[in-house]
Amino acid sequence: MLGNGILKGLTETARNFFGSYVGKERLTTVQYPEERLPQIEAARSFPFLVYDGADWQQGMRCVGCQICEKECPPKCIFIEKSKDKKPDAVGKQQFYPAVFNIDISVCMSCQICVEVCPFEAIKMDVDYNLSSDDRFGGLLFDKHRLAKSNEYYNTIHPTEAGAVDARLAEDRAKAEAKAKAAADAKAAAPGAPGTPSLGAPASTAPAQSTDGEPK
Amino acid sequence: MSASTYSTPQGLLEPAIGPGEEQLLEISMGPQHPSTHGVFRMNVVLDGERVVRLKPVFGYLHRNHEKIAESETYLGSMPYTDRLDYMCSITNNWAYALAVEKLAGIQVPERAEYLRIITGELTRLQNHACLLGFLLQDMGSSGTPLMYAFREREKILDLFEALTGARMMCNYMRFGGCRVDMPAGWLDQAKQVVADFPKFLDEYEQLLVSNEILMERTQGVGILSRELAINAGKSGPMARASGVNYDIRKVDKYGIYDRFAFRVPLGDHGDVYDRYMIRFLEMRESVKILNEAMRDIPDGPIVDPKMRIRGFRPKPGEAYARIESPKGELGFYLISDGSPNPYRYRVRPPSLINLTVLEDLCIGQNVADVVAILGSVDIVLGEVDR
Repeated sequence: MLGNGILKGLTETARNFFGSYVGKERLTTVQYPEERLPQIEAARSFPFLVYDGADWQQGMRCVGCQICEKECPPKCIFIEKSKDKKPDAVGKQQFYPAVFNIDISVCMSCQICVEVCPFEAIKMDVDYNLSSDDRFGGLLFDKHRLAKSNEYYNTIHPTEAGAVDARLAEDRAKAEAKAKAAADAKAAAPGAPGTPSLGAPASTAPAQSTDGEPK
Repeated sequence: MSASTYSTPQGLLEPAIGPGEEQLLEISMGPQHPSTHGVFRMNVVLDGERVVRLKPVFGYLHRNHEKIAESETYLGSMPYTDRLDYMCSITNNWAYALAVEKLAGIQVPERAEYLRIITGELTRLQNHACLLGFLLQDMGSSGTPLMYAFREREKILDLFEALTGARMMCNYMRFGGCRVDMPAGWLDQAKQVVADFPKFLDEYEQLLVSNEILMERTQGVGILSRELAINAGKSGPMARASGVNYDIRKVDKYGIYDRFAFRVPLGDHGDVYDRYMIRFLEMRESVKILNEAMRDIPDGPIVDPKMRIRGFRPKPGEAYARIESPKGELGFYLISDGSPNPYRYRVRPPSLINLTVLEDLCIGQNVADVVAILGSVDIVLGEVDR
């Protein structure tokens, strides 16, 4: 019969229409600003800089090595390395980025900066409420705006941040043990390992594993 | 220059109506016409309602992808491949990763191969579901089928977000494996989504397959003959709808596709209806592959441990790798001169090559059919223009 197929299709539409009043599976949308879906943990928006401790300037993990600047595909990162060293969160003398800017109007959220960073200093944020009426200044994030605490990182990506913290603690313990052994062996020689060299960071180089979720 | 030439991204275009053809009418569909897929423009010459000539005009979305890739590192172009066919970024990543792996002779661990198959077939599901929605939207079934298709697509995009961190620009593959392993509970969630998918397909078939208006508008419209499909280098669902038994998953058996039992659906008429139906059948086959892959996925590393993310310099040489992307044969051709960036980088886009027969399909059809034919070709302008 002509029109049979149309009627068949309309029963489907009707089933979906009435089903949307009773079942969640047929009404999947939410009323956005009032009602929000839970954040998916792996989600990413734009990069931010992690700092340890309370003071963002002192605790910044970034040492200004400029690897991310070099590897960034759209070249949205601009870094100027400091001339002097300052003590970091654990009191070690480190270089720091004198200028660290990310132009998020250029950034494409590919997270290659996160993968290449040997110091676990740059991570992906989940904040997406970033609209601004200032087209240039409002989207050019400086060091201060990018700096976010390790606690914040632990809140937004708990699994990943836990793994990173564990790895950093392990590296630190290893470095301390090594320093102690070296100091014991040669009491006269300065034994503490210096800043990891920029070309080949000593122990944290396999960047493939830096953002892998623990299995 | 006569006053009637007009400028396009491809240069100045002469008017398509010659002297003595004053009864013809030339209209420009797009680049902002709501029925064109992205910024695609067709200059259609009409005799009444009938299409006499059709000249595609594209390049509005050209963004120098290949040249940019030649100045980027190998890894640096991976996120750019997401933007080629932005509907299915994971298969784009896969094709590019496969080309680089072939160039540098990298092995992929077992688990990564399974992850690639799972994400790749999920991409196929969501691409085909979308295509059905868009095609019906083009034919005037405004809203409903598209929304149903998008409802299913959202579930798959949620899976992608939980796995890769992004819904569309996944940037998931790496040379020698995948970027991240699946988080806890992801596999169960994916199994649930795949188990529910045939229900959606049944519902969608019930909704429109036997619809008389749809049949009237699609059957016998835009017929692509088997010979033309082969001669013009068509691939993917478009060639298979014309009866060409050519699926690169079967022909090349790249990855580990030889381990899965699936069939290649073929059409016999090559009209819009066949191209529409072939997507249903392919989705059903994809569900089979997914079920097998999610059952068999082994434990292990997800990336070749020898691979370093920085300082990657393959030996001089060249490689072409191709995969069966949801739209057809997607190939990447790379020449390495031993430096960190490719000397030559070339994409073989299925959308562009499937689009080349558009004029042959449209001649003699009504102007309203042009929209349906274009929809059935399944193009994404990000890939056509690059």
